[in-house]
Amino acid sequence: MNVGQTIIDGLALGALYALVAVGLALVFGVLRLINFAQGELITAGAYALSLTSGWPVVAQIVLCFVVCVGLSVAIERIAFRPLRGAAPATTLVATFAVAFALEAVWLIAFGANGKPADPLSTLNTIAIRGSLNLRWITIVEVAAGLVLLGGTALILGRTSIGLQMRAAATDFRTARLLGVRTNLVISFAFVIAGVMAAVVALLYTVQTPLVTQTFGLDITIIALVGAVVGGLDRLWTATAGGFAIGFATAVLNDVLPASQEKFQTAFVFLLVIILLLLRPGGLFSGFGRTTVERV
Amino acid sequence: VSRLRSVQSLVASIALLLVVALIGSGATAATQQDFITALISATIVYGLYVFIGNSGVISFGQISFVAIGAFSAGLFTIPTQPKHFVLPGLWSFIANHSVSDFVSFLIAAGLGALVALIVGLPLMRLSGIAAGIATFAVLEITYNIFLQWTKIGPGPTTLSLVPVSVGVWQALLGAVAAAIVAFLYQSSRRGRLLRASREDPAASQAIGVNVTRERWLAFSLSGALCGLGGALLVHQLGSITVDQVYLELTFLTLAMLVIGGSGSLWGATVGALGISLLDSWLSAAENTVHVVFFSISLPNGASDLILGIIMAAMLLFRPQGVTGGAEFSLAFVNRLRRRSSRAGVEPSVTGVQGEPKPTLEPDMQQVNPTEGVESRAER
Repeated sequence: MNVGQTIIDGLALGALYALVAVGLALVFGVLRLINFAQGELITAGAYALSLTSGWPVVAQIVLCFVVCVGLSVAIERIAFRPLRGAAPATTLVATFAVAFALEAVWLIAFGANGKPADPLSTLNTIAIRGSLNLRWITIVEVAAGLVLLGGTALILGRTSIGLQMRAAATDFRTARLLGVRTNLVISFAFVIAGVMAAVVALLYTVQTPLVTQTFGLDITIIALVGAVVGGLDRLWTATAGGFAIGFATAVLNDVLPASQEKFQTAFVFLLVIILLLLRPGGLFSGFGRTTVERV
Repeated sequence: VSRLRSVQSLVASIALLLVVALIGSGATAATQQDFITALISATIVYGLYVFIGNSGVISFGQISFVAIGAFSAGLFTIPTQPKHFVLPGLWSFIANHSVSDFVSFLIAAGLGALVALIVGLPLMRLSGIAAGIATFAVLEITYNIFLQWTKIGPGPTTLSLVPVSVGVWQALLGAVAAAIVAFLYQSSRRGRLLRASREDPAASQAIGVNVTRERWLAFSLSGALCGLGGALLVHQLGSITVDQVYLELTFLTLAMLVIGGSGSLWGATVGALGISLLDSWLSAAENTVHVVFFSISLPNGASDLILGIIMAAMLLFRPQGVTGGAEFSLAFVNRLRRRSSRAGVEPSVTGVQGEPKPTLEPDMQQVNPTEGVESRAER
């Protein structure tokens, strides 16, 4: 058992989950909406990659981005915009319904057996060999995570649209009264969510080259759990939570012997419950902030 | 007055369940199963309603109790002889005991309530998204344990050889019992305290409602009803796997509740029966269905697609649910009442307009961004 290797694998998976968490947290920030359909964007991007397997890689990547961003914006326009201001339970079930319908679309169009997609399979080779093996994909995943997170932080912190998004996330009503363009801000959040989904689709197919209907759903649910444990109402706490759960999953996978691996999920979720009970407002939320329900 | 309207709602719910049962009893054996499934769905959705509808807290964990009910009722009714043979890994207590089907329903409801009681004790302090994710974690843990631990169940294989004893009338009995329990709870003092906390947690705490305790009670009662639903399910099908009581059932039953209108018993009835029958009909359409002159045959997976689109569309048109979260009321009774109050016979009723529209998660509603602003600005 090589500790260094375990940590390196954990970093790569954590970066991937963090990217999913960013998309979820951005949409949650402006709309207070937990978007289960985010996973379907990832699946859509992965199917796009598999359908274009003969194309030049650059064209494949471009198409993947177009599909993810287009679908993301389209779902917002068709399904979520009419529901703005509805009760959270309603919007939540609406995102289920969209995900449910899209999964059926994948099943009808592509069958239940899965499609192969590995445009970037060359990344699966070893870059640095030694006591620790470092594969290219690990480097790319961590780098992509850092670049995209940095980029998002720059957009939010240094541009006009980012300022408007932060204003909307803090107090939507007041922001709107002060002239923030609601539809633009919300659409932009969905564009970024689409970009994140496309990157995740690209990188995740390297490690899981068989695309099935639930390709994106599983990682989205785990990333959501991580983001909530970290604290969904702030971007960096949600991202850190997503990273932590990805890292923990990878490390547990390596550390636990095969005989005890079967109850791994139960242990991870038991930990989730304990953390939520101890810090319901989010693990990484500031200690000065109230974690009890506001009364 | 509001109690009267609730009684109407219970009567109407039972009447609707009865209609479904009557149609089902006249149908062919294959179609009959769809009606039985609808009645069992209603039982489970009543279970969800008791907690989610009254407290306004979303739970993804209630299907855990359905799973517990289904596996306990199933395991304890398989005759001991074949049980030793088929499931050799079982604990001797489970392996050596076999009870009648009736007792197995009580065991299922009891175990559902017991586990909910234990799980709810720490969890009910949470609300909002934290509660949603924590209850989801409960579902994942239950699934993982049932899938892997062969001492208490079939593990990843199918639990079969369960006596098939639930037909239309048994399912009707179960659903009616669940509806009555849900009704008695929501119109009891405890139920009203919880509903008050749903409308305004701060105000209800200020007048002395122990929100955590009231939620805990509803959660346990919900666990009992869900356990009963699981027992009905296993005795309808005769066999069950862990995957049948997991994510898809969670999403579907939650959708039934919200689409019907999660604030009312009537909404739970309408949503459960409507969506369940629609789902069965669409699935049947995948193997050709005859509609008057046409025969439709859908490609594999199309039923889910149509169901998803219909569910989304219903939410777009009625975000509060089909019933708007209101209880059933006969229009003519209202008219009568209004007339009599105008005549001065019963003046006390005039101001009462029934219950206010429920809002799920009032604490999240506070930060709900577009509420109000949208309509003003759009005009």
